[in-house]
Amino acid sequence: MSTTKKIAVSAVAVALGATALAGCGSSDDSASGSGPTGSSGSKTVTLVSHDSFNASKDVLKEFTAETGYTVKVLKSGDAGAALNQEILTKGSPRGDVFFGVDNTLLSRALDNGLFTSYKAKGIDQVAADVQLDAGKHRVTPVDTGDICINYDKKYFADKKLAPPKTFDDLAKPAYKDLLVTENAATSSPGLGFLLGTVATYGEDGYQDYWKKLKDNGVKVVDGWEQAYNEEFSGSAGGKKAKADRPLVVSYASSPPVEVLYADPQPKTAPTGVATGTCFRQIEFAGLLDGAKNEAGGKALLDFLIGKKFQEDMPLNMFVSPVTKGAKVPDLFTKFGATVDKPTTVAPDEIAKNREQWVQSWSSLVVK
Amino acid sequence: MAVPVAFFALFFAYPVVAIVGRGLKADGVWQFGRFGEVLSRPDIQHVLWFTLWQALASTALTLLIALPGAYVFARFDFPGKQLLRAIVTVPFVLPTVVVGTAFLALLGRGGLLDEVWGVRLDTTVWAILLAHVFFNYAVVVRTVGGLWSQLDPRQEEAARVLGAGRFAAWRRVTLPALGPAVAAAALMVFLFTFTSFGVVQILGGPGFSTLEVEIYRQTAQLLALPTAAVLTLVQFAAVGAILAVHAWTVRRRETALKLVDPAQTARRPRGAGQWALLGGVLLTVLVLILLPLAVLVERSLDVSGGHGFAYYRALASAEMNSGTFLVAPLEAIVNSLRYAVVATLIALVVGGLAAAALTRKAGRLVRGFDALLMLPLGVSAVTVGFGFLITLDKPPLDLRTSWILVPLAQALVGVPFVVRTMLPVLRAVDGRLREAAAVLGASPLRAWREVDLPLVRRALLVAAGFAFAVSLGEFGATVFIARPDNPTLPVAVSRLLGRSGELNYGQAMALSTILMLVCAVSLLLLERIRTDRSGEF
Repeated sequence: MSTTKKIAVSAVAVALGATALAGCGSSDDSASGSGPTGSSGSKTVTLVSHDSFNASKDVLKEFTAETGYTVKVLKSGDAGAALNQEILTKGSPRGDVFFGVDNTLLSRALDNGLFTSYKAKGIDQVAADVQLDAGKHRVTPVDTGDICINYDKKYFADKKLAPPKTFDDLAKPAYKDLLVTENAATSSPGLGFLLGTVATYGEDGYQDYWKKLKDNGVKVVDGWEQAYNEEFSGSAGGKKAKADRPLVVSYASSPPVEVLYADPQPKTAPTGVATGTCFRQIEFAGLLDGAKNEAGGKALLDFLIGKKFQEDMPLNMFVSPVTKGAKVPDLFTKFGATVDKPTTVAPDEIAKNREQWVQSWSSLVVK
Repeated sequence: MAVPVAFFALFFAYPVVAIVGRGLKADGVWQFGRFGEVLSRPDIQHVLWFTLWQALASTALTLLIALPGAYVFARFDFPGKQLLRAIVTVPFVLPTVVVGTAFLALLGRGGLLDEVWGVRLDTTVWAILLAHVFFNYAVVVRTVGGLWSQLDPRQEEAARVLGAGRFAAWRRVTLPALGPAVAAAALMVFLFTFTSFGVVQILGGPGFSTLEVEIYRQTAQLLALPTAAVLTLVQFAAVGAILAVHAWTVRRRETALKLVDPAQTARRPRGAGQWALLGGVLLTVLVLILLPLAVLVERSLDVSGGHGFAYYRALASAEMNSGTFLVAPLEAIVNSLRYAVVATLIALVVGGLAAAALTRKAGRLVRGFDALLMLPLGVSAVTVGFGFLITLDKPPLDLRTSWILVPLAQALVGVPFVVRTMLPVLRAVDGRLREAAAVLGASPLRAWREVDLPLVRRALLVAAGFAFAVSLGEFGATVFIARPDNPTLPVAVSRLLGRSGELNYGQAMALSTILMLVCAVSLLLLERIRTDRSGEF
């Protein structure tokens, strides 16, 4: 009875608040990216991905110009969470193409039958060693990235100490209490680094190696942000935080990024990469099973391994292209590191043992 | 009544039941044996124990530190009171990502404490507890202080005249009247800290894990739905038990209070004792709340070679951020405000209706609903988010990729606040006043407008402020809801922090500072509306 009137009043009260607040907003009332939802029209192709996906506007416009399809991007959490959401919604996916399954998660995606086979145009131009599903083409490789130890150049120069190069070096007394890494249970670089040690020392040896690292004072924090921005003395954030760990588990592309976002840009990168400590991540995209716009999805997959996208990608996602002949930006060649022999572990091995590896790692290092 | 019930059934109960069912059903049969399996694991037991004791400790500490603050804000007048009230509420809406960073800067290596006394508290439980107090100070000050400022001091004075000592008068008159509000505040703080996620992750390091963190890990990272379902139900049971106790205490204490205009109850402090109390509270606020916020501001201005606004300028350019955003990060502010306005509207409508229905105590069913409304606070965002995915996937309700999901999820968290804030006040309105107005010939609407509204308006605005602020800082649900590329402020901050490089870090700090200011300004505006328009609506 009077409840409805109360509502009216509350609404008025809020409206007052809202008008007062509208002042903070902008005056443009264009829709905030909330276009038509639900059924994707035949002219829209929807790409589902993790939070790190990025592409420049121009390149996406290029795709529209070439194919007539507009790309709508949905991002949902980190790589693991985004993939798991796709597995949950299997059969009635939110989009047409999923980008961002890496080799540590690949088996989970394939075993769940997430993707429809499609051999992308131009796949013959993609390096053979990254085509982990070459037989069935359920996924298409799009980029690679290396998880490696980054070091703070200034620290080692001041101490007149050579920076570490290999996994073995990290356990030496000279580098005691210098390394910070991420929780392998919650962070993808943390997991990559653990897998790198498994690949190097084998199923039997990796635990002993981590015991040594622990005795050598390795610090574990939860996520990359904290490790890199708060604990690592070589990063801009770490310098401000007076961080005291000159070694961190990060990416081979971190030094170029450090340069790109410094103001003014330095002549040399403040950080370096220990090239003998790398684990290779390969990211894949695939056509989702049950996609509403299959044709558009296929066109998008072709585009993802095409030169335009591949050359645009490095500065947007800080990863390396997989297509032969795609040019890498100067920033990468000048400040980055080339990793000749990254470690890898086969996706099905990872799927089988991952839980157990992480569990034993946790009880060794975290507890 | 129908609106809030439908809202909760559709956007909360159905998704959560579905996702829990997915974890506990095998071939259509409920597998309750999984409880034993999961709960007997030592790692899970460790998580449960830690969750419980840190929540209890945080709640006790928050009440201890914040209750004097509530008194000071309710009973004293001092310059800058409004501003301060807005400022203490800011932490409550800051994303945990930001707070974690600020606290690390204070308590961590090279932080202030480290430099002054050589103390480091990061990765200790103290950092977690302090951050919890920082977050929840405002909950106590606003819920308890809001009611306290409207209690008639003359009642206590009457007791004094009748021979009661100062303490006895307070214990017999004021305390029983405040009881429900203190219980409500304590309960909220307990719920928040019990389900704490970001703070524990960032400040505690990997050694500490709460139930909420574990549910997130099992669901989002491992897709171990059975384990997640068991833990979700355990959390449900715990939250349900707390709410039941709370409902019982509230019912025992429900009395019609004589509420007065808060402007009449506050006055300048008198005597050394009162000044000392005010000074103590101000000092607490300064150290505990302003200092961490100040660290953020300082870092946002700290550019190479001095101080300046370079990071703020960078925020406005899309080119500089082409690697991180399609739009300039500044646009995130607009997105956030839009979502927050919509979420506040939804929360006020649903929460207001619910509170109104609950005021007319209509039997046990309604009371059960009261507790039900609080449940979203005790259910992890990832459970609700993943529940949305598998339930809202068919037309006409395929909302999985719609922008409306964001404010809906935020409103879900906001509604309990609205209800909690409105209910004590609505219930305390003396029905006889309305009857008297009716006898004198006022229509029901007029009676409501002249009697209830002036008493309720304040609570309504506080509720709106809370809902708005919750929405602004809400991070959990928004992350799991796929949406077109229009990030909210907290999401933008976390993306910037997720990139290496000085400019990104600086911009994250700058954006956090802006978020802080936006919240403070919004809350201040709400306070202003209240005072400017007192008297008539």
